[in-house]
Amino acid sequence: MKRKVLSVLLSVSMLAAVLAGCGSKEAEAPAAPAQTEGDGAGETEAPAENEGGDADASAAGAGTFAIVTKASGNPYNEREASGFEEAMKAMGYSADQIIVRHPEAATADAQITVINELISQNVSAIAIAGNDNDALQPVCEQAASKGIKIISLDSTVNAASRLTHVNQAGTEIIGQTLMDAVLDLSGGEGQWAILSATSQASNQNAWIDAMKKVMEGDAYKGLELVEVAYGDDEYQKSVDQTQALLTNYPDLKVICAPTTVGIMAAAGVLQDKASEVKLTGLGLPSEMADYVGEDKVCPYMYLWNPIDVGRLGAYTSVALVNGDITGAAGEKFTAGDMGEYEIVEAADGGTEIIVGPPFAFTPENIEEWKTVY
Amino acid sequence: MEKKKFDWKAITSSREMSLVIVLILLCAFVQIRNQSFLTGGTMEEMFRNYAVTFILALGMMCVLLTGGIDISIGSTLAFSGMAAALLMRDYVISTPVSFLVSIAIGAGLGLVIGLVISKGKVPPIVCTLGFMNIYRGLTYLIAHSQWVAAYQFTDSFKNFALTKYLGLGLVNNMIAVTIYIYIIFYIVMKWTTVGRRVYAVGSNAEAAAVSGINIDNVKIGVYTLMGLLCGLGGALWTSLYKSAQGDMATGIEMDVIAACVVGGVSLTGGRGSVVGVMLGSLTIAIIGKALPLIGVSQFWQNGIKGLIILAAVILNVLAQRTMDKNNLKRREM
Repeated sequence: MKRKVLSVLLSVSMLAAVLAGCGSKEAEAPAAPAQTEGDGAGETEAPAENEGGDADASAAGAGTFAIVTKASGNPYNEREASGFEEAMKAMGYSADQIIVRHPEAATADAQITVINELISQNVSAIAIAGNDNDALQPVCEQAASKGIKIISLDSTVNAASRLTHVNQAGTEIIGQTLMDAVLDLSGGEGQWAILSATSQASNQNAWIDAMKKVMEGDAYKGLELVEVAYGDDEYQKSVDQTQALLTNYPDLKVICAPTTVGIMAAAGVLQDKASEVKLTGLGLPSEMADYVGEDKVCPYMYLWNPIDVGRLGAYTSVALVNGDITGAAGEKFTAGDMGEYEIVEAADGGTEIIVGPPFAFTPENIEEWKTVY
Repeated sequence: MEKKKFDWKAITSSREMSLVIVLILLCAFVQIRNQSFLTGGTMEEMFRNYAVTFILALGMMCVLLTGGIDISIGSTLAFSGMAAALLMRDYVISTPVSFLVSIAIGAGLGLVIGLVISKGKVPPIVCTLGFMNIYRGLTYLIAHSQWVAAYQFTDSFKNFALTKYLGLGLVNNMIAVTIYIYIIFYIVMKWTTVGRRVYAVGSNAEAAAVSGINIDNVKIGVYTLMGLLCGLGGALWTSLYKSAQGDMATGIEMDVIAACVVGGVSLTGGRGSVVGVMLGSLTIAIIGKALPLIGVSQFWQNGIKGLIILAAVILNVLAQRTMDKNNLKRREM
């Protein structure tokens, strides 16, 4: 008897959980179309919104704005999305006009699913950090044909898939900065290796190519790039790859990891082994605080502010939807308190907006930055 | 003379031995390609990195023995490891306490799965598929999608995976824990009624029920045990990598199930041994550690991994078949 009661209770609670799960999803999905339908119906809807207590909304226009990051569970992506939300709210948009989507996995497939959902929700603009440069083209074109403004941020989708790209820092500047760091840490010559994320990540490949181009210069003659290893932005795999690099190349002097997961995994390995190999690259200060220091494995590293990338993504999306810009090179617009930005030609034939140069995290400033992001 | 010959035949036809031969060939091949493979340093790294896989494979073996399967282990590990890491970050608890917390949470999560499967009569793969998503989602929720970074852990917790105090100064703590757990499992599975009951439920549930074994309790027990080991794995994982992430150990269930299958555990239940699981886990560990060392392109590595697993399983099945045939012959005589 007891058992029967227990099993009934369990099934009921599971059923409830299932229903709750469905319920919240259903509630979420129609919310956006309802919003856009309202917009289509005309201005009558706008005052009603204001009566709802959202005073700021009067300043803002209509439409819903989506950001699609690379994947869930990565603090960098979270910060990027929070910057996007913050800027949208600063412009007076209400919370239900902002859609933040983190795909389940860092794959193009997962993003295609998300974009299809956003198309059926009839959003006004999508800002996406591409997991693949070309694979997203069909779904982006489909979205564009429905009048949705597509931009990429952080990691590009190809020129045909987007109106413009919000670039955290110029590819050439990043390549130059990282190569100079490698040159400095190696003492001018010796073997070095790159620990990247996935082999398809468009931003990673662009930076690696830029670094290789810089390395052709005379000043870098003494450096030998022995391997580009891929840790797939998975912690355990990145650790295995770092350990393999150390075993395979005993004379290795520097590892450069232009990915936040990779640099952290490599830092852990180097510190455990008390290795002489130096580490630099692109990393989040909060995650790397333990490893950046004078006598530590990572003397200095770089990154930009992912919050700023998200914010500029929001301002660009809104400017496109409002018709202030079209995404062509040479156009200028004001991105709130971030100031004026100009759209420039990008290396892949499209256009881009560059947020700023990469920022160096050194033993002097890491303590104050580790609490920020 | 004749006796010796008989022994040799018995050895080559045993399933464990066929796997040992595969492993020796594999190691020899890798060693030829890269001399640094069979060295103390690389081996220690390998056992440290894969200690969690070794430990989880034992729990998975018990689950598989009862004819079930648990694919939620990566999520259970992540939740318990993350919960303990958050407690350490926010309330600065000591290392033993954080291990106990993680183990207790893991056992609790496993108990829930066991209850749903046995009392709710939900097929194990469906139930654990559900909980895989539920527990993973909860992990992101409790952590607010943040990581717990290295500087937020206590030094003693970070040093756990680097020191040897549990291994009597001989082997690393991670490896020592693995060895102790294998010894316990070996004894329990082979010589105690508890261990024999698990086998009985998997090989013939009806017969087991008739002979007075409470099948539900055994099932609840194995899933709770699986959860408990996941909890331990969560603490070991965060200590080893000095970081707790919401997506940690994603996909580890496939490695763990592969380790069991390679080690001769039957997916239909009732068949499998601790020694086999150890060899199976060793195969997975060697593949993971060795492939980056042999200098093939990374794009080939996944394919090679799959081929080795397939080859090991096929050999295993062939060996099993010869063994069955020999047994049958002996019976005919």
